[in-house]
Amino acid sequence: MNDLSPERQERSANLKGMGCSRKRVEDARFTQGKGNYVDDIKLDGMLHGDFVRSPYAHARVVSINKDAALALPGVVAVLTAEDLAPLNLHWMPTLAGDKQMVLADGKVLFQGQEVAFVVASDRYVAADAVELVEVEYEELPVITDPFESLKSDVVLREDLAGQTEGAHGPRKHHNHIFTWEQGEEAATNQVIDNADIVAEESMYYHRTHPCPLETCGSVASMDKVNGKLTLWGTFQAPHVVRTVASLLSGIEEHNIRVISPDIGGGFGNKVGVYPGYVCSIVASIVTGVPVKWVEDRMENLMSTAFARDYHMTGKIAATKDGKITGLHCHVTADHGGFDACADPTKFPAGFMNICTGSYDIPTAYLAVDGVYTNKAPGGVSYRCSFRVTEAVYFIERMIEVLAIKLDMDAAELRRINFIKKEQFPYTAALGWEYDSGDYHTAWDKALKSVDYEGLRKEQAERVEAFKRGETRTLMGIGLSFFTEIVGAGPVKNCDILGMGMFDSCEIRIHPTGSAIARLGTISQGQGHATTFAQILASEIGISADSITIEEGDTDTAPYGLGTYGSRSTPVAGAATALAGRKIRAKAQMIAAYLLEVHDDDVEFDIDRFVVKGAPEKFKTMKEIAYAAYNQAIPGIEPGLEAVSYYDPPNMTYPFGAYVCVMDIDVDTGVPEIRRFYALDDCGTRINPMIIEGQVHGGLTEALAVALGQEIAYDELGNVKTGTLMDFFLPTAWEVPNYETDYTVTPSPHHPIGAKGVGESPHVGGVPCFSNAIQDAFRPFGNTHTNMPHDHWRIWQTANGLGLHD
Amino acid sequence: MTEKMHIKLKVNGEDKEFLAEPRELLIYALREKLNITGPHVGCETSHCGACTVTLNGKSVKSCTMFVAQANGAEITTIEGIGTPDALHVLQESFREHHGLQCGFCTPGMIMRATKLLEENPTPTEEEVRFGMAGNICRCTGYQNIVKSILAAASELNAAKEAAQ
Repeated sequence: MNDLSPERQERSANLKGMGCSRKRVEDARFTQGKGNYVDDIKLDGMLHGDFVRSPYAHARVVSINKDAALALPGVVAVLTAEDLAPLNLHWMPTLAGDKQMVLADGKVLFQGQEVAFVVASDRYVAADAVELVEVEYEELPVITDPFESLKSDVVLREDLAGQTEGAHGPRKHHNHIFTWEQGEEAATNQVIDNADIVAEESMYYHRTHPCPLETCGSVASMDKVNGKLTLWGTFQAPHVVRTVASLLSGIEEHNIRVISPDIGGGFGNKVGVYPGYVCSIVASIVTGVPVKWVEDRMENLMSTAFARDYHMTGKIAATKDGKITGLHCHVTADHGGFDACADPTKFPAGFMNICTGSYDIPTAYLAVDGVYTNKAPGGVSYRCSFRVTEAVYFIERMIEVLAIKLDMDAAELRRINFIKKEQFPYTAALGWEYDSGDYHTAWDKALKSVDYEGLRKEQAERVEAFKRGETRTLMGIGLSFFTEIVGAGPVKNCDILGMGMFDSCEIRIHPTGSAIARLGTISQGQGHATTFAQILASEIGISADSITIEEGDTDTAPYGLGTYGSRSTPVAGAATALAGRKIRAKAQMIAAYLLEVHDDDVEFDIDRFVVKGAPEKFKTMKEIAYAAYNQAIPGIEPGLEAVSYYDPPNMTYPFGAYVCVMDIDVDTGVPEIRRFYALDDCGTRINPMIIEGQVHGGLTEALAVALGQEIAYDELGNVKTGTLMDFFLPTAWEVPNYETDYTVTPSPHHPIGAKGVGESPHVGGVPCFSNAIQDAFRPFGNTHTNMPHDHWRIWQTANGLGLHD
Repeated sequence: MTEKMHIKLKVNGEDKEFLAEPRELLIYALREKLNITGPHVGCETSHCGACTVTLNGKSVKSCTMFVAQANGAEITTIEGIGTPDALHVLQESFREHHGLQCGFCTPGMIMRATKLLEENPTPTEEEVRFGMAGNICRCTGYQNIVKSILAAASELNAAKEAAQ
């Protein structure tokens, strides 16, 4: 059955299954303006909610006077913490085991915090009423630095006063949240103390924001007659939202229907549960009519879901030849006013313990201290699996710093320390078991593709020309090799608020041989309706064009933990393949009956079952589907449906090799990206066109973060980057063309060998862009400068190295 | 609240009349009064271009124009450039070249691209990148958007040549 006769090739191509660049089925509605996003939802009598927000980063709320606002025609209600308290909804649990104020309860802890919720007839009246709510504040000392916070007498979280034990162990100080330790501290210190070479560096991975083009929002509709609540929203995890909404509101879960319609990008921003969602629900319950809440861009940047804000200090030990012997990492993590990080419960710093990267490092230790400050809560994984961007940035910078100390080429240093192909499955010093990899092959392919040696030669010549005064530009060669850890995750160690992180797929084959499959995930642009149909097409022999994929409606879709951390393909994709195999198993029995042979005497062939050794005797899946519904088959119940809930045995570990070449104008600080080469290994490739699109997008978000995107605060806790004027989102003008490449190392434990790709380019891209900047200045004595490398900071680096003298 | 104005617009070839406060932004009049939800709100500060429409022959960011200023204007939105049976070349091209992912920026992108290709039917890649720099996409990294627009330009030019 392995011959590729033209007839079989044609049947296979007609399926549009795995491996082909199938055009996206989603695009018809999006290109014609017929997408259905939350703000497009319009219900009869719908009211609009808007927040009164705190102008101060830390203040006591002395009084709130609603009278003028309530007197405005069109205003229906003004909710404050006092109104929510009887329902016990003035605070809510966070995903990190902390709690967060829904509306300011006595004080505010960050600028932009939600103080009151106004409900009015339209968005203009609501905005007018927000201005009319009089709030009297008493300013308190503001702390925006986590190190200062740990020394300060000022108690940020008075509600936790006296609590020496938090959700993740002992608290060392009233502004301390947790300490999370992994690995062997004493052994690591011993290795470092006795090492030939130790490189040390401190780096700050700045605070930024996922900033999807669509902001967060929800529409709640409480049907009091039937006791049913329907909630539409920008939810990356609709089923989790249903469960949380049920636990918070006391409404039984079967009476809550959560719908994630089309989502205009997520990147982690839409994983959390926000006060706006809760207030829209309460407002609908109070008013009895639907209530919409949609945040504006400034609210989005100020209050929902920051990312990073990690102060990392590292020590890396090696022999004189460059063999790494130990790694020590300490992180001071700024979590803002509430610990609302979106990580699996047992991992308060996410998977930061993947910080040994792609290298065979025998001994390592990691400690993370979480700290409260007067900044917005969040700590989401912006286009990465939980805190993996931080981990990979850390190790890829430490490698560069070590290369400088060893006076060694950074590409060679990586090569001699990579985990070898034959070491997989590989158990890292900090605990993870890497499923598969072939790093040397990928690295060699990447370096050869860009003519690495030639680039280094050109760079050396440029440095000489610069020193002779013949040019004012320097050349930077950025390298990065990353290993992601995605597909959270095994229920035994991964849960969110106690909910195990499995995922699901339910398939119904219709009598005429088309199908619908529903999943527990939700696409935010990844193209699930296209790619999951391709997986199924290959598994069940029905053309992808005849398979509808549906997600996001909790009344119809099976329970799943949603889409983030590149988990859709590793987890729900596996469930899809396995549900498909259940369909195929039943189809085999039906085919055997129809062909009057034993079950074992038929075999699957692309789109049919054939009698072994007699391929002219067959039943197509279409025929089998019809028979499943319409023919009495002894011992087999009618219908052709299957469901699979998949608890992955391990994470998947995609990897990649990136090279960036830049020319940097020393006098203006402007970097020009001459070339960017990205090799990704995401295991089995489902749709190359979509993979490449994900790589382009992830790299562009990496460019943004590395070269300028920042949520910055002044010393009073004012957000300095609250609009798109100040918050850097690259346009077509700043972004280069990327060269994409790949190797394929399937995951051994995933049913189709796929690993996930959406976040890899971001994880690998940030250190690559940053390393290119830093590399340009290496010949002049630079070891490390912090991101974001905007023009001003690059100019400062050049200036600090005396290049303007 | 100020007194409402009587607004007349021609949107996608149809005459529309309604009352609106003069401070109401054009984007909200389109989306909420006329149920034309193709154009989106991404920033309300003219940066992202998700709300781009064509107004009296020019690309306009409808989040930064009062509906009162648009009174009497002729407006085309993403809903007005093609039909399901006869898509605009750019609508086809964006799909063909994977020029979109989440779709939120797409209506504004395509509307801006229609004008760009009218203004400059044979743009270079650089001219496309410059001409589209008022529209932000967070998903695609622009590479395939640029590809889609250049491919559409070739197709439009080929069709023009064939017609001559």
